Amino acid sequence: MTKITYKDIEGNSKTLEVENGLTVMEGAIQNNVPGIDADCGGSMACATCHVYVEEKWLDKLPKAEEAEVDMIDMAFEPKKNSRLSCQIIVTDELDGLVVTTPKKQS
Amino acid sequence: MIKKDVIIIGAGPVGLFAVHQLGIKGLTSVVIDNLDKAGGQCIELYPDKPIYDIPAIPECTGKELTDKLLEQIKPFKTKFYFNERVEEVRKDKDNWLIKTNNQNEFQAPNIIIAGGVGSFEPRKLSLKEAENFEGKSVFYAVKNKDQFKNKNISIFGGGDSALDWALELSKFSKITLVHRRNEFRGAPHTLSEIKKLEDQGKLSIKTPCQLESIEGDNNITSITLKYDDGKKEKVQTNIILSFFGLIMKLGPIAEWGLNMEKKTISVNSENFETSEKGIFAVGDICTYPGKLKLILSGFHEVALATVECFKRARPNEKYRFEFTTSSKTIQDRLGKK
Repeated sequence: MTKITYKDIEGNSKTLEVENGLTVMEGAIQNNVPGIDADCGGSMACATCHVYVEEKWLDKLPKAEEAEVDMIDMAFEPKKNSRLSCQIIVTDELDGLVVTTPKKQS
Repeated sequence: MIKKDVIIIGAGPVGLFAVHQLGIKGLTSVVIDNLDKAGGQCIELYPDKPIYDIPAIPECTGKELTDKLLEQIKPFKTKFYFNERVEEVRKDKDNWLIKTNNQNEFQAPNIIIAGGVGSFEPRKLSLKEAENFEGKSVFYAVKNKDQFKNKNISIFGGGDSALDWALELSKFSKITLVHRRNEFRGAPHTLSEIKKLEDQGKLSIKTPCQLESIEGDNNITSITLKYDDGKKEKVQTNIILSFFGLIMKLGPIAEWGLNMEKKTISVNSENFETSEKGIFAVGDICTYPGKLKLILSGFHEVALATVECFKRARPNEKYRFEFTTSSKTIQDRLGKK
């Protein structure tokens, strides 16, 4: 189990224990965390699980594939620290990860 | 009023296979879709990307799968209503009545909702003031090129639509292409054409930056871009064209009184009927214990749902299960000799 904190831009936050091997998106969906829609179900086809990753965690994540970066172009207000949460797989190394959901997903 | 045995909402792979499963059972159908062509997510999201989990097809693209399905249902000569969205679903005794945004009316004892994740709509600019100019100087599609002649046009986006229109409109307008990062994703040929135009000074590229503000009262006079390093730049602009892809919106489906779970429709896994008799949901839009959002699951769901459709459309006939390999009736329906 790994602690993941989901914040929204208003500052509300929720810290959950997410099972290793699940994605950050699945952790949110299974626990009804608002702000992550994941319309396509995790196939990197929609950009509605878009999150901002806290800077210090960015380097610890495996680099985004080209297809993910292409998809982030389609996200709502993408920034430099944008990732699709369906592509972040939870591991021990990510214990304490903080992600922030955008104002909206679509 | 168009009368059929079944109205299919959604022309994605599962909607197309529904035509097949109904056709071999001797039932008539029509297909309604908000997009301008068949294929649904396969065509809009991954036309060129491979799919590896269609049984007996080791690899095919979304476009190939769509084309094959269209070929498979050709014998049934089913009519498609594209660019139409179902707005209203009403009950009339044993039938359902459907009205679209084009004011077409349909009647059938059965509706199969194969709506994926809902209807596709262009993703809008996130800047609030863009709304005020929408349809006047902010556009999300090009319907009539002439309206973009001799203008200062700022095009947003980094994909094929943005690049293709930048090329096309640069023939008679001044184009600024704006993207949030330096890399564009487009066909290599398109990219080199764009580069050429930039070198000739016929098109200017602004990256990595995003739209900061829009200036103008009734019409746009200029826009301000903000670069990643915080620098800002004003660009003379009359027209904004934005191509950030499509988003999926459930739309009016949520208001049809069906039992829903989040953004999906609850069905039983015996015949995929919803909480309303005669309305079925198949493919990504339906949910039941163990549901997987796979194309192959959708194919299975529609095969079972159409059996129940038969019972409702032909209450006085007995449904007889048949194999396509051995049934003379089915082969006749497929036009095979």
